[in-house]
Amino acid sequence: MNDMTNKWIGQRTIRPDGADKVTGRAQYSADVNMPGMMWGKVLRSPHAHARIRGIDTSKAEALPGVKAIVTAKDIVEFPVDKSVMLGIQDMRWMCRNVMAREKALFHGHPVAAVAAISEEVAAAACALIEVDYEVLPHVIEIEDAIKPDAPILHEWNKHEGKSSNITGTMVLKTGDVEAGFKDADVIVERSFTTRPVHQGYIEPHSCTVSYAADGRVTIWSSSQGQFMVRAMTSLLTGIPQSNIRAIPAEIGGGFGGKTIIYLEPVAVMLSKKSGRPVKMVMTRDEVQRATGPAPGSMSTVKIGAKKDGTIVAAQATFYVQAGGLPGAPLRGPVGCSLSAYAIPNVLSVGYEVVSNRSKVAAYRAPGGPHGAFAAESVLDEIAEKLGLDPLDLRIRNSAKPGDKALYGPTFGQVTFKETIEAIKAHPHYKAPLDRNPRPGVKRGRGVASGFWYNAGGESSVQVNITEDGNVVVTTGHPDIGGSRASISNVVAELLGVEHSRVNVIIGDTMTIGFSNLTGGSRVTFASAMVATASTEKVIGQLKERAAKIWNIDAEAVKWEDGMALPAGDNAGKFPPLSLKELAAKANEMGGPIGTQVQLNTTGADPGFATHVVDVEVDVDLGIIRVLRYTAAQDVGRALHPGYVEGQIQGGVVQGIGWALSEEYLYDKNGKVDNATFLDYRMPVCSDVPMIDAVMLEIPNPKHPQGVRGVGEAPIVPPLAAIANAVYDALGKRFSALPMSPPRVTERLEQP
Amino acid sequence: MAKIHVSTTVNGEPVEFLCDASSSMLDALRGPLGLTGTKEGCGTGDCGACSITVDGRLMCSCLMLAVEAEGHEIATIEGMAQGDKLHPLQQKFLEMAALQCGICTPGVLISARSLLEKNPDPTEEEVRFGLAGNLCRCTGYDKIVRAVLETAAEMREAAR
Repeated sequence: MNDMTNKWIGQRTIRPDGADKVTGRAQYSADVNMPGMMWGKVLRSPHAHARIRGIDTSKAEALPGVKAIVTAKDIVEFPVDKSVMLGIQDMRWMCRNVMAREKALFHGHPVAAVAAISEEVAAAACALIEVDYEVLPHVIEIEDAIKPDAPILHEWNKHEGKSSNITGTMVLKTGDVEAGFKDADVIVERSFTTRPVHQGYIEPHSCTVSYAADGRVTIWSSSQGQFMVRAMTSLLTGIPQSNIRAIPAEIGGGFGGKTIIYLEPVAVMLSKKSGRPVKMVMTRDEVQRATGPAPGSMSTVKIGAKKDGTIVAAQATFYVQAGGLPGAPLRGPVGCSLSAYAIPNVLSVGYEVVSNRSKVAAYRAPGGPHGAFAAESVLDEIAEKLGLDPLDLRIRNSAKPGDKALYGPTFGQVTFKETIEAIKAHPHYKAPLDRNPRPGVKRGRGVASGFWYNAGGESSVQVNITEDGNVVVTTGHPDIGGSRASISNVVAELLGVEHSRVNVIIGDTMTIGFSNLTGGSRVTFASAMVATASTEKVIGQLKERAAKIWNIDAEAVKWEDGMALPAGDNAGKFPPLSLKELAAKANEMGGPIGTQVQLNTTGADPGFATHVVDVEVDVDLGIIRVLRYTAAQDVGRALHPGYVEGQIQGGVVQGIGWALSEEYLYDKNGKVDNATFLDYRMPVCSDVPMIDAVMLEIPNPKHPQGVRGVGEAPIVPPLAAIANAVYDALGKRFSALPMSPPRVTERLEQP
Repeated sequence: MAKIHVSTTVNGEPVEFLCDASSSMLDALRGPLGLTGTKEGCGTGDCGACSITVDGRLMCSCLMLAVEAEGHEIATIEGMAQGDKLHPLQQKFLEMAALQCGICTPGVLISARSLLEKNPDPTEEEVRFGLAGNLCRCTGYDKIVRAVLETAAEMREAAR
């Protein structure tokens, strides 16, 4: 069911959780308190790289008010020689990330934790814990970590037979690149670097945990998946999943960074040892030092094309940071950067590099922006060399349905070209640009495209009809940006009832079936699909009830506008039965009306985006401002256009920060030097213009409403689009991000 | 160390609480006063999630000592709606999808109200600079700015 005459699908309805969020009543995890609650605090390594020879907690234990202390001994160990995967996370690294074992691998790495009667006492106790460190030489940057004499983080790890900081490789290949480059009329090869950037969610990680006397555990926490919290906590504490109730508090932003846990298993063990509920809340300083940024990268991309713009070969090499423990998102740059194009000969190689920084975590299209920055910058240069419009170059080479994607599958629907054409036809692309508005100021325009895989996966949705004939929907996905609003639109539409009669909530791990993470642009796709199946089942039940009341076959009943009706004249003549009437008769006619559907969803075809941006460069101060931004994306079907546009606008502005201002600065001891929002410079309101989100609605044929994942793709193009615009303004290419004022002035002094 | 007794007014109601000399106003609101609508994003005055007004003046409550509330009028997000009637900004934020995760929203609303009290007819640029102390990582600010501009227009119309 999907057309433009829909009553609720496609409407900008008010979100079910909205009133609570604008009045301060919405409960985020730091807002939860429990009777008798203790405060937990983490002691973190003051060294970037150190062997832990011993930990003496006796003085801390003796401090009045201290109730429990936890170290790595209290966390289940996963030996390094045997991988245990949970989703994309390897528990060998998760167990060492939540609590350092053999070594502290970055400044800020948790070493111990204390529960005490107040935050102050817990912090004082942390200071009394004596850790015997053997300080080791550290390494921060990729180029240093891959040198032959670099300090090695994990001695057991071998690359090409030698101990190495390269902990993983990925290769995708098609055709013969060497032969392909021989056919090229023009070849451009360039190298690029990007810096690690933090997801920058405003809500620090936190949790409140109760380990009860009977061994049952309740966890309130802010995460992108309560089932992930349950599973990881179970693995790291040894408590069975059936004894862990993970309650999803409202989540104050995640962007991928809350797809893993930091505090929950530590708080559980503190609660178990103290016999009291424990609350832990990270400071911003802890968030910036010890939770996952997106990796930094070093890459080289070489593309060869014929005079007419046909790309004949491409070769790419990506070095991607993992942080102190393995787990870099190689499939992002290796698989995404060239996959939107039909190129006969491609070799794309990625290397994962560990160094003494916090373990990376997913961030919106993990790895995608790194690859696109390189590939889309090189494409811009190819277009310039060939005298082609950069959008025409992309249209000529865009992948088509039936092409085999570099990463394996054969493309079904491909709507890349449509996004490029949308930008080409947009007034922004045609608008005149005043290139030198004032002395010392130059303006330019740039374009770039982006690709993201998208994902389906497991979702569960319950639809229950209340006794008074209204509707309660329970999903298993934390709502990070309006998914409840989208699902209420779908269910109201299918049931044919007023939107205000449908309420959507997020279930916890004991009230709703397994549902995978909120991430990868999957939740609206998957949960709308499962909500549809669940609602259709309920409509089937409602038709059966009406059939029973009328004493006719259920097939002879249809459901329309919230009512059961005889399907045709042959069915007999009966007055319609409304949802309210059927609900009132539910118990006498067979019992409660409602169901849960659990599916492993498929059919999430990829997302494509093309962006155009105008920038202004102050050549004296090196300040780059974004003047105008237009982002076109195929969204399949916008169930709630406001929140779809919001995904695009938010992703773009995160991309602007990545391109222009965000980076980690380390001091010589390997300590993050800018762990505040003052010095880690994310875009503020006055830094950016309105972001024009152009939603193309080309229905995904594999989804009941035509939905396509939206959230990741918008962050993929901005890095290159802005760099290309800066080139257009200055005639100088920027191969290193961020293009912050000191770097811009430095670059302007170079040839 | 003995706690300090503070008498103040929060959202129009006289209240008293005990705090440490080093407690921030944010800690007092979220702790003894139980007003968790004011959020902590950074604790260093950089994100604006803890915005309140003190005698009508916009403040980051994380940068104010709780004892400084003595004798002053504090306003928080919990007092923005009048009973079940939302403030026009709150209503417009809902209608225009000007929030996603919602963690910055209380602070943004308090800042926006403060801005419109001083300047009922702001330009887009004035809104952007007026809200520059409130970080939002979800929305890209577009819908927030539009919602504030639209509310301002409606409030001006209603005041005529």
